[in-house]
Amino acid sequence: MNSPPSDSAGPLLQLSADQSLLGHQRMAVADLREAARLWRLCVTLAWLDIKLRYRGSLLGPLWLTLSTALMIASMGFIYATLFHMDLHEYLPFLALSLVLWNFIGQTVGDACTAFTGAEGALRSMRMPFSLHAGRIVLRNLIILGHNVIVIVAVDLLLWSWPGRDAVLALPGILLWLFDAVMLTLLFGTLCARFRDIPPIVGSVMQMAFFISAVIWKPDQLGMHQKWLLLNPFFTILEVVRAPLLGGEASLLVWTSALAASAVLGLAGWFLFARVRGRVAFWV
Amino acid sequence: MERASLSPATLDIANVMVDFPLYHGSARSLKKMVLSTVAGRMAADARNRVVVQALRDVTFSLRRGDRLGLVGSNGAGKTTLLRTLAGIYEPIAGEVRVRGTMNALLDPNMGMNIELTGRENIMLRGLYNGMTRPEIVRLAEDVAEFAELGDFLDLPVKIYSSGMLIRLGFGLATAIRPQVLLMDEWFLAGDASFMGKARARLESLVRGADILVLSSHVPQVILEWCTRVIWMDQGRVRADGPPGEVLDQYLGVLAPPA
Repeated sequence: MNSPPSDSAGPLLQLSADQSLLGHQRMAVADLREAARLWRLCVTLAWLDIKLRYRGSLLGPLWLTLSTALMIASMGFIYATLFHMDLHEYLPFLALSLVLWNFIGQTVGDACTAFTGAEGALRSMRMPFSLHAGRIVLRNLIILGHNVIVIVAVDLLLWSWPGRDAVLALPGILLWLFDAVMLTLLFGTLCARFRDIPPIVGSVMQMAFFISAVIWKPDQLGMHQKWLLLNPFFTILEVVRAPLLGGEASLLVWTSALAASAVLGLAGWFLFARVRGRVAFWV
Repeated sequence: MERASLSPATLDIANVMVDFPLYHGSARSLKKMVLSTVAGRMAADARNRVVVQALRDVTFSLRRGDRLGLVGSNGAGKTTLLRTLAGIYEPIAGEVRVRGTMNALLDPNMGMNIELTGRENIMLRGLYNGMTRPEIVRLAEDVAEFAELGDFLDLPVKIYSSGMLIRLGFGLATAIRPQVLLMDEWFLAGDASFMGKARARLESLVRGADILVLSSHVPQVILEWCTRVIWMDQGRVRADGPPGEVLDQYLGVLAPPA
C-alpha cells in the first residue's frame, strides 16, 4: 500500500461494529478517502468500460459521437417542422439539450448497477464502495466528452456560439458532479437491495425526458412556464444549459436546483453511510 | 515486492458476529415490501427475513509466525470468517483489527473481469495495490511468465482454457507478497493441475508471510502447513489448539470410532 497511516507501522484494517450514527459517518468518510487514494484505479476502470463496449469496432468510442449526431440530425428536422421553428435556432438548442440529457439519463441508469454490476470485485477483495460510484460518474463524463464534439460541430456549422457567458455554466457543472456522485450512491445501494427498482427508475426517466423541456423550449409553455420550477430535472438541466445557450439561469431556477440537490445529497449520503457495511451481503 | 522493512503484522478479532441475510423472492421486491407494510397485520410475517447467523462470538489473536488452520464442515463459517478478516464482510458486533499488508486468496477468479485481457486484469490488480507503472510492468512480466500465457496475455480472459485461467488467477494472486495471507482451500486443492512450480511459488509466499490463515477440510493439508487449528462449527469456535489435538477431536466427531 502506498500511504501507511501516520504511525508508520504499516497499513491497518480496523473494523469495529459501531452501529451509531457517528460510527457510520466515520466509516463512510474513510470509504471516500480510500476511493480518492485509488483514483488511478477508478479512472482506469472507467476507461476500460468504454473501451470494452467498443472493442473491435472500427470507430471505437467515436460510435458514441456518430450515433448522437445521427439522432440530433434526424430529431432536429422532425421537431423543427413540428414546432414550426427555425432550424438555425432549434438545432443548437436540441444538440446541447440532448447531449446533456444523455449524461443525466445514462448516469441515473448506470447508478442502478453501480454495485450489483461489480459483484465479483466486491466479493473477492475489500474495496471502497464509493470507488464504484466514482467509476460510473467518470465513465459517463468520458461519454459526455465524446458527445461534446457533436455540439461543437453543430455550432461550427451554424455559427452559433454561446459567447463569453458560457463560463457561467461552471458552477452548474460542479453541482452536476456532486449530484452525480450522490445519485450513484443512492441508487446503487437501493437497487442492490431491491431488484425491482431499476425498471421503475427507467420509466420515471423516460417520463422525465418528455416533461423536462429537453426537446422543446421552456418558453413554448407560455404562461405555464413557472410550473417547470417544480421539476428538479428541468432546473438541474437548466443551470448548465442556459449559460451554454448564451442566457443565464434565473435565481428561481438555481434555488430549485440547489434545493433538489440538497435533498438528493442528504438522502444519498445518509443512506450510503447507513447501509455501506451491508452492501457486500446484498449483491 | 518484499516488504521486509515494515513492522511485524498482527491480527486480532474479538467477539465478532456476522449475520448473513438471505433474500429470496419477495424480500427482494420493493413493491412487496411496501404492500406488506400497508397491509398492517401481515407485516410482521412478510418482513421476517431469513438471517443466517454466520459467525458468533469469534475471538482470537495471531502474531508473527502463526499459521492458523480453519476446519469445519461446509457452511460452518470458514469462508465467511476469511472474508470478514479480509474486510469484505463487516461485522455487526465485535472488532476486526489487522495490521500489515494483506492478500486474500478466496476466489479462483479473484474478481477478474473475463471480458478484459489478461494484461488489463493484471494492471487493475496492480493499481488496486497502489503500484507504480514500472512495478505494474514487472508484475505483468512475472505473472505472464508463470502462467505461460504467451500471446494470450493480450486476448480477453474469457477465451482462455480453464487451465490458463487457473494459472493466471493463481499467478496473479501469488505475485503480490503480503504480510498477512488469507487462503481458501481451493488454492491447495488442485494439486493435479499445479505441478512443482506452483507449489514452490506458494510455499515461498507462505514462508514470506508473517501470518497465514488457511481454510481447508483436508486434514493432511492442515497438518502440513499449520501450527494452530480452529474448528468452526455453526459459526462458533468449537475448539482451538495445536493441530494434532484439534484435528483428532474434529475427525473423531466426523467418524466416531466403532
